[in-house]
Amino acid sequence: MDDQVTRREVLKKGLIGAAGLTVLPTVLAACSSTTATPTAAPATPVVTPATGPTPTAAPATPAGQLTGTLKIGSNHSDASELSGMKAINAAFAAATGLAPTMNTVDHNTFQDQINSYLGGTPDDAFTWFSGFRMRFFASKGLATNIDDVWATAKSNYTAGFATSVTGDDQHVYGIPVDYYPWCVFYRPSVFTAKGYTVPATWTDFIALCNKMKTDGLTPIAFSDKDGWPAMGTFDILDLRLNGYDFHIGLMTGANKWTDPKVTAVFKQWAQLVPFYTSGYAGLTWQQACDTLISKKAGMFFLGLFLTGEFSTVEKGTVTDVDFFPFPTLGNSYDAEAALDAPIDIWMVSAKSPSLAADLANVKAYMSFWAKGSTQVLMYKANNGFIPTANDADTTQYDPLTQKAVKIVSAAQKITQFMDRDTRPDFAGANGMQSFLLSFLKNPTQDTTALQASIQKFWDALPAYAG
Amino acid sequence: MSEVEHKALTPAPAVAAGAGVPVPKRRPRHYSVLTRRDKVLLAVMVGVPLFIFVVLIWAMALVSVVLSFTDWQGIGPLNFVGLQNYTYLFQSYPAFWPALSHNLLWLLFFVCFATPMGILLAVCLDRPLRGSWIYQSIFFTPVVLSLAVVGFIWELQYSPIAGNGFIDSLLSGTGLVSANSTPDWLGDPSINIWAVLVAASWRHIGYIMVLYLAGLKSVDPSLREAAAIDGANERQTFFHVVFPVMAPINVVIVVVTVIESLRAFDIAYIINHGKNGLELLSTLITNNSISEASLIGFGSAIAVVLLVISLVPIVLYLTRVMRSEEQ
Repeated sequence: MDDQVTRREVLKKGLIGAAGLTVLPTVLAACSSTTATPTAAPATPVVTPATGPTPTAAPATPAGQLTGTLKIGSNHSDASELSGMKAINAAFAAATGLAPTMNTVDHNTFQDQINSYLGGTPDDAFTWFSGFRMRFFASKGLATNIDDVWATAKSNYTAGFATSVTGDDQHVYGIPVDYYPWCVFYRPSVFTAKGYTVPATWTDFIALCNKMKTDGLTPIAFSDKDGWPAMGTFDILDLRLNGYDFHIGLMTGANKWTDPKVTAVFKQWAQLVPFYTSGYAGLTWQQACDTLISKKAGMFFLGLFLTGEFSTVEKGTVTDVDFFPFPTLGNSYDAEAALDAPIDIWMVSAKSPSLAADLANVKAYMSFWAKGSTQVLMYKANNGFIPTANDADTTQYDPLTQKAVKIVSAAQKITQFMDRDTRPDFAGANGMQSFLLSFLKNPTQDTTALQASIQKFWDALPAYAG
Repeated sequence: MSEVEHKALTPAPAVAAGAGVPVPKRRPRHYSVLTRRDKVLLAVMVGVPLFIFVVLIWAMALVSVVLSFTDWQGIGPLNFVGLQNYTYLFQSYPAFWPALSHNLLWLLFFVCFATPMGILLAVCLDRPLRGSWIYQSIFFTPVVLSLAVVGFIWELQYSPIAGNGFIDSLLSGTGLVSANSTPDWLGDPSINIWAVLVAASWRHIGYIMVLYLAGLKSVDPSLREAAAIDGANERQTFFHVVFPVMAPINVVIVVVTVIESLRAFDIAYIINHGKNGLELLSTLITNNSISEASLIGFGSAIAVVLLVISLVPIVLYLTRVMRSEEQ
């Protein structure tokens, strides 16, 4: 090997290796924005994206024929969701003569890249989540308000949905298109065979877990490789123990993580951990769900989207799955029957180069999504996505969905999910996800130090200009 | 200083003169070592890489240093916060010290295990061995694979689900460990870093092997003959004759090992985004600055720490190279 060449190569590698990592944020951010939007080549060099209120612009009627282009960014990367998206886009094309250009990105990747995506050259419209997570990006000027679309669409929604898409500046930034509750799932055939009954209270729940354990089942399927599934359990325990108001205050920073009420949540949670799947920290929710499907696990606390895994793994057996709301703890907050029911929304970006030209098309697309008939198309593709619009044809719902709707409408308070109710920089992989994992690692620990550490992390975050 | 400049310039005229030899039409009256074409060529060939280097490497690095003193979130004006990012990082950020120690562990593991293994394989395969190329290909294949693929392969190997993971199936299948207590290789924070180190070594060993094998092939065979005639056995020949001759390659190997350890990223990130026992400085940077979190100021502070650490081996290497050039 030529000595000179080797040295030069090595020197080059050394410097790139060292400096490359330092510049990672900038360079990768630049890369990711381009990879995330391969189809979003600037069609016209428009530099004035329409931001701010546009009360005079009348929303385009979907009935009319549309011209031009429409670029949409979608995180519906799972097979069933993708087919739903295709059906909806085909229906939109049939109604308006305009076929949207869809850019589908893997669900988790889409989330990781959202900053560089929205700050770079995003598509005209994109899939996102309601709540704080929507407000966060809206407050940074990365979304265009759609007050005019909402003005005509809001009669099709209940008040809860309206709140979930209203930004800090009281403008509307999203169209709610589906939601799904977090409940405890089980297979009725297993419960019947073993003579289990659905537990309503915490005592019953723990007793059932013990019984399942002696029967050789994993009582509670659990997975936290992706970091977010554990948040669901924290949410529901905090809601049951301390109520909605405390929980929301905790998520928005009004309440402190060092509060003894948070200690109580961890104490309660520690009782459940012995019943979890062993090796949960290395499992994805799909893998954990497979243990429920294969009847090795008895219960699984997750979102309704889990039924998608059932239909993927065992075609046609979605009938043998049922769920119940998380058990009550016997305190004053039982009446709230609060739960996480995250709402997915469509938003309009602010920095899309083609937005000014496409604005009428985007708004027509938003109006289209605000219709029950559109949302039902996604529901048909994946039963985990319950339509949000009032005029959705509920006769098409299966019994499971009807039950979910009932549970959610019975809830006095609805939360979104920890990573949607709190700021995204707090909920990340080396933020709350890591903190919860370090609790789960040793659930019986004295959590004082952990809670102080969480609060310090919150305090160190840049001020939120909301 | 002038001597250095002179040194730097000497190769260029040599190349120019060499290129000039087969062209007889060259006008002799300009007795300049460099023709105008040479100068333009030189300017382009030095200028363009220099420009890229300065803009894409040094300017970016400098920007990162500046950003590390702000709480920038990727948008809006820069808000300088002094040393806040650093004090939080060193004093309170729970993921920092684990990440740093994992990087150091990575370095130690590579230096003590993976790199010597690669050298050993190279020495073994350097001998006249039937089908040597087959072994070489086998050991080199992991290097060719994308790290995403490597991560995926090992994720399957380590899967804790009964019947899915090869290693756990092997352990329970052979009765070494009961099926209910197989280790959770990637989920258990006390062992997953080791599992990942094995996966990373799988790739690193092949890389070192190829580098070292190429070096071994260039060792003058007469040296070995001379050693053999003097009665040295194989071990003595390697340690007293071949190894010292390979000094330049040895430096390369050391530098490659250090760099690979410091920039370790892919496998840990693929497995669980670098959390729960797999924290690395590089994954902390990514998670904080280019994820949804977008804490670019804080991420830059971690990047600066990594840069400072990386500078140590680079400076050591450069001083060594420059010293040997002076000699």
